[in-house]
Amino acid sequence: MTQLLLDRSAPPVPTLDLQRPRLPRWAPVVVLGVSVAGAGLLGLLLGWSLAPMVIVAVLAFIVLLPAWSSVIEGGRAARNRLATALVWSAVGVALAPLVSLLWKVVQYGLPQINGRFLTWSMRNVIGEPGGIFHAIIGTLLITALATAISVPVGLLAAIHLVEYGGTSRVTALVRFLVDVMTGIPSIVAGLFAYALFALIIGPGTQLALGGAVALSLLMVPIVVRSTEEMLKLVPQELREAAYALGAPRWRTIVRVVLPTASGGIITGVTLAIARIIGETAPLLIVCGATDSTNFDVLKGQMASLSVFIYSSYTQTGTHPEILQGMAWGAAFVLIVVVMALNLTARLLGRFLSPRRPR
Amino acid sequence: MNSLVRTSGSPRKRSLGDPAFAGLTRSAALAILVALAGVAVFLTIEGIPGFTAPADALAGHTTFLGYVWPLVFGTVLAAVLALVIAVPLSVALALAVSHVAPPRVATGIAYVVDLLAAVPSVVYGLWGIGFLGPQLVPLYRWLNAHAAWIPFFAGPVSTTGRTILTAGLVLAVMVMPIITAITREVFARSPRLTEEAALALGATRWEMIRMVVLPHGRSGVVSAAMLGLGRALGETMAVAMVLSASGVVTFHLISSTNPSTIAANIALTFADATGLQVNALIATGLVLFVLTLLVNMAARAIVVRSAPGGRP
Repeated sequence: MTQLLLDRSAPPVPTLDLQRPRLPRWAPVVVLGVSVAGAGLLGLLLGWSLAPMVIVAVLAFIVLLPAWSSVIEGGRAARNRLATALVWSAVGVALAPLVSLLWKVVQYGLPQINGRFLTWSMRNVIGEPGGIFHAIIGTLLITALATAISVPVGLLAAIHLVEYGGTSRVTALVRFLVDVMTGIPSIVAGLFAYALFALIIGPGTQLALGGAVALSLLMVPIVVRSTEEMLKLVPQELREAAYALGAPRWRTIVRVVLPTASGGIITGVTLAIARIIGETAPLLIVCGATDSTNFDVLKGQMASLSVFIYSSYTQTGTHPEILQGMAWGAAFVLIVVVMALNLTARLLGRFLSPRRPR
Repeated sequence: MNSLVRTSGSPRKRSLGDPAFAGLTRSAALAILVALAGVAVFLTIEGIPGFTAPADALAGHTTFLGYVWPLVFGTVLAAVLALVIAVPLSVALALAVSHVAPPRVATGIAYVVDLLAAVPSVVYGLWGIGFLGPQLVPLYRWLNAHAAWIPFFAGPVSTTGRTILTAGLVLAVMVMPIITAITREVFARSPRLTEEAALALGATRWEMIRMVVLPHGRSGVVSAAMLGLGRALGETMAVAMVLSASGVVTFHLISSTNPSTIAANIALTFADATGLQVNALIATGLVLFVLTLLVNMAARAIVVRSAPGGRP
């Protein structure tokens, strides 16, 4: 601070300015413009592609702005500018893959979409584009089955943790293990389901129910966590009011607590579905891959969108480019479904948020 | 509310309904414990024959250890590469959301990061093999031409870009949302008064972040990184598609021969495996399960210790 005050002797005009001179507000914009223009000029002269130009422009900005700042504003402000510039470039770096990924999926995937693509299966299709109907049906059946298993278990377990759990040791253990379960690799879940049905039915069994069991293992912890958070938001006064009216505990939970938290719970379940609908590894192991439409979840291999993407892109047949194009088309469908689920969850969350007492 | 009073009037109903419902919820909670134990038990039962399998079930290796070691090496290498790239980026992103960006922009950034988490891993794999890999080939050539004295960048350079470094980059994009989400929460919980005191004493925003936010959030960042590590260790499809694996043990990051990972190896070879080969693959899955379990438990333990009462 003293140094700052002493430095004030430098400017000739005697004002009561307690700060060192600062860069104008538009300084970052000017430096950014100079960096972009400089990198663009250099790139055009040396014939670079877009990527190196952007990298050089960002690096120039990160160097130039703190350099200018250190001359005018001093070292501390320059370090602040450097840190801010780095943080913003990190945001740009993180954004780039998402934009690139969505763009490529739309660019390669959208042209594939037509009536035949959505209503045909790959049965007896050779050397021409078929359809992904069998994969869509498989994904819907397996996901619906997994949801039917996970939601009751997850919901009841969350009720146990919040309403009956208290601070007992078992509750703490369950809570810890639910956290640990969120980290189970999806392929391990697949191997578990495979091993389970290999022991029950016989070695080498592949069926859609196994896929649903594997996906449930991944989905239950998500449902428990989100439901738990929502139940905790329900005000204690509501429960007490119900008890005061003579309602037993379980009716209080079913008729008062759950309806109050229903919006958040539905949002959480929707997000959980969005999370598992694109899972591939477990289905690859337990459900296998087939070209035909299969409606029977208890018997036989069943295709799914995610496995279809993997197997048709990595297949080496006579016409790999046709199958690779179809893989992009299936990826487009999958991304649209996942994004739609996320958007639905967000809108539900907004409209059905827990009603608070007024 | 009327129906509540009417139907719950009889004390006998109460005495039956409450224990039944409590028992139902408890059995659901116990089912989760049983499921987790089941994972360990069934993998062990089906995996044990794999530990002593003969060489023809172990892709030519004479012992299970010799079979699984290169895979463990590749798994850890890819995950560590991903973390080295993702952790600094995630910390910067979390700072942008919690302390640097204006609130409206911060909400937008947080939303975009959530979208990154929503993209299925197989689509990341498709993007990695179909777009990112080929795009990186010129960069790899340049690195090999100018920095080959660093052993990481020794040749021969891959012509498809399907290297362990590409796999690490794709994994980094995939684990970034998880690390960012937790780090962001931790940073947002840093003590407001201390932050304002630092600013009032004349600290710049960066000095405030360095002296208040980062020390406060250090253990949170560590546990977030470990959770990201757990995710990167077990990630399957992106690696299986992106990596052109040949099962070697090497630190050459951009060459055409790359180590494989446990998860990718299972996904790539399971369909053609028969008999004891399946057991051997399940045994490697058990190794992966134990590895991720240890990493995740350690991460959770750090979270619990650093933030009593609060989970990420």
